[in-house]
Amino acid sequence: MTFALETAANPERLRRVAIDPVSRVEGHGKVTLLLDDHQRVHQVRLHIVEFRGFEKFIQGRPYWEVPVMVQRLCGICPVSHHLAASKALDAIVGAAKLTPTAEKIRRLMHYGQIMQSHALHFFHLCSPDLLFGFDSDASRRNIVAVARAHPDVARQGVLLRKFGQEIIRVTAGKRIHGTGSVPGGVNKTVTVEERDALLADVYHMIAWSRGAVRLIKDLHAQNPALYNSFGVFRSNLMSLTGIDGALDFYHGSLRARSENGDILFDGVDYRGYASLIQEEVKPWSYMKFPFLTALGKEKGWYRVGPLSRVQNCDSIPTPLAEAERREFVDYSGGTPIHAPLAYHWARMIEMLHAVETIKDLLHDDDILDGELTVSGPRALEGVGVIEAPRGTLIHHYRVGEDDLVTMCNLIVSTTHNNQAMNEAIRNVAQRYLRGHEITEGLLNHIEVAIRAFDPCLSCATHALGQMPLAVELVDAQGELVDTLSRDGDGVVHGARGA
Amino acid sequence: MSAGVVVIAVGNRSRGDDAIGPLLLGRLEAWLAGPGRGSDIKLVEDFQLQIEHALDLAGRRLVLFVDAGTGTCAPYEFRAVVASAPGRSHTSHALAPEAVLGVYRQVTGEDSPPAFVLCVRGERFELGDDLSDAARAHVEAAWQQLLALCARPEIERWRTAAAGAPAERSPPEPAGALSAGR
Repeated sequence: MTFALETAANPERLRRVAIDPVSRVEGHGKVTLLLDDHQRVHQVRLHIVEFRGFEKFIQGRPYWEVPVMVQRLCGICPVSHHLAASKALDAIVGAAKLTPTAEKIRRLMHYGQIMQSHALHFFHLCSPDLLFGFDSDASRRNIVAVARAHPDVARQGVLLRKFGQEIIRVTAGKRIHGTGSVPGGVNKTVTVEERDALLADVYHMIAWSRGAVRLIKDLHAQNPALYNSFGVFRSNLMSLTGIDGALDFYHGSLRARSENGDILFDGVDYRGYASLIQEEVKPWSYMKFPFLTALGKEKGWYRVGPLSRVQNCDSIPTPLAEAERREFVDYSGGTPIHAPLAYHWARMIEMLHAVETIKDLLHDDDILDGELTVSGPRALEGVGVIEAPRGTLIHHYRVGEDDLVTMCNLIVSTTHNNQAMNEAIRNVAQRYLRGHEITEGLLNHIEVAIRAFDPCLSCATHALGQMPLAVELVDAQGELVDTLSRDGDGVVHGARGA
Repeated sequence: MSAGVVVIAVGNRSRGDDAIGPLLLGRLEAWLAGPGRGSDIKLVEDFQLQIEHALDLAGRRLVLFVDAGTGTCAPYEFRAVVASAPGRSHTSHALAPEAVLGVYRQVTGEDSPPAFVLCVRGERFELGDDLSDAARAHVEAAWQQLLALCARPEIERWRTAAAGAPAERSPPEPAGALSAGR
């Protein structure tokens, strides 16, 4: 299946622009643009090097090690892998239903992860673009500039992030390499002292999260033309939904809607994901392209993450976030919002919901005491699905009679969004790059579209000295005529006429 | 009372030479547990530097970041760092040490404590890789530097070492094989 702007008719006659984050690990991602002599865009591709080494990494290990080991797959969302693996392995140990204490502690951990991840993404990664504009001077587009212009925003972002990390530390046992969730339950409760310390701060966190929702709403209101149209494309939506169709990050069944908001399927047991979803391989990309089997490759691709979840659910089970969801839905008259920049608005609604849920769980004495684990008839296969900060995360394992893992399959959120991200940057490239010189500001528009999805490119390794961004301009003969690179400190280096 | 020095090691123990920082931190932790070595050094390990690490700097008089590096002179570099604006990519959620110092300054309104980086050259970083032979040698050299720094955590000594003067070396540690900690 080939989409518009995916493949140019005569690529050999076009110039090539590459936005290339050069990592010494895996290359991470690269955007290539094929332009003709009149700077018209003919081909746009987002290349992401999906990490598939995890099968080898996990196979052969005892299943009980897996929830700890998988945290090393990703330094961005280790807790998501920790919990998705634990859910899959619950089935292996026959834990059909966790104890109230175990489920609530896992939820507390997960909502802490959602909160801290969303806070980081919005306040640190995206607020500079949103507050100063995509065309602003690159030196302003960072959190220090945000702090200078909006000191409370920057400070609150750091403290929200820190609070989420504390939730993880208290529930997982450590700040990283947590061991709190185990097959069949958890291995610790929360102490009264830990609970009280978190309760002392949680109401500030709720207030700041409400402020963050207000901030992004204001930005939409101030410039609806930009926010409603930037990189916009239409797609299906998919996520877990909980009981009665409510938003639930930890558990539920799969639901998908069409681009018009019609239900495509609902209440589907996620253990059957393999028949529901297929993955297309394309020769130009290492990352696969998932699609809904029933709709096929052309019509079946979809997006996941905050924008899908907030619009896929029927309600949000906490009052402040639910009020915000209703306002979000009303904004577009009840039809799905497809604009990528609306991800930020949905993400902040989710952060507010996460903090409200954390508050409720901290007031629940089940987290302080109770049975930690359950077990039942042993099984040889398990599937665990959660809604990670970036979207639906699937873990699937088979375990032998000797307790060693024989098969694992992971579908991470960024893979689900592969086609969607490609569509977003094609739209942006066509709209903003045509007839223009390639400048840092214009290229930042591409990055803004990618950032909206908050992709995670398996960057658990971050040695000093990496070069996250390089741009190359190659002519029709394949000669390099210009380069633009940005190092790890955000400094831009150019080498025109190389 | 909080420790006056914080050592923040960054890396993933399951990605080859990215384990350098955590391995050095583990070795330092064992050394600090020895008799009479006090508790003035706080140890922090994470996959990568983030904005909240700025809060780990509060109340310290010295900060040391330990990380693996590419393009780093072998076996390691030791240098002072100052605050700067964090750079961003389209996805990276990680900060450079200089950016963490910059966040500290903006969040607290104060200059960050004097900070240094011990950056040890790594060669390979794939998931599931063990530590490379080259990195093992680099770690041994860096460990002597780290030991010298932590045995005498004094700003002038650290500045002298960062300026290129030979650091005062501590007695060799009892032999202990490094592993990738997997």
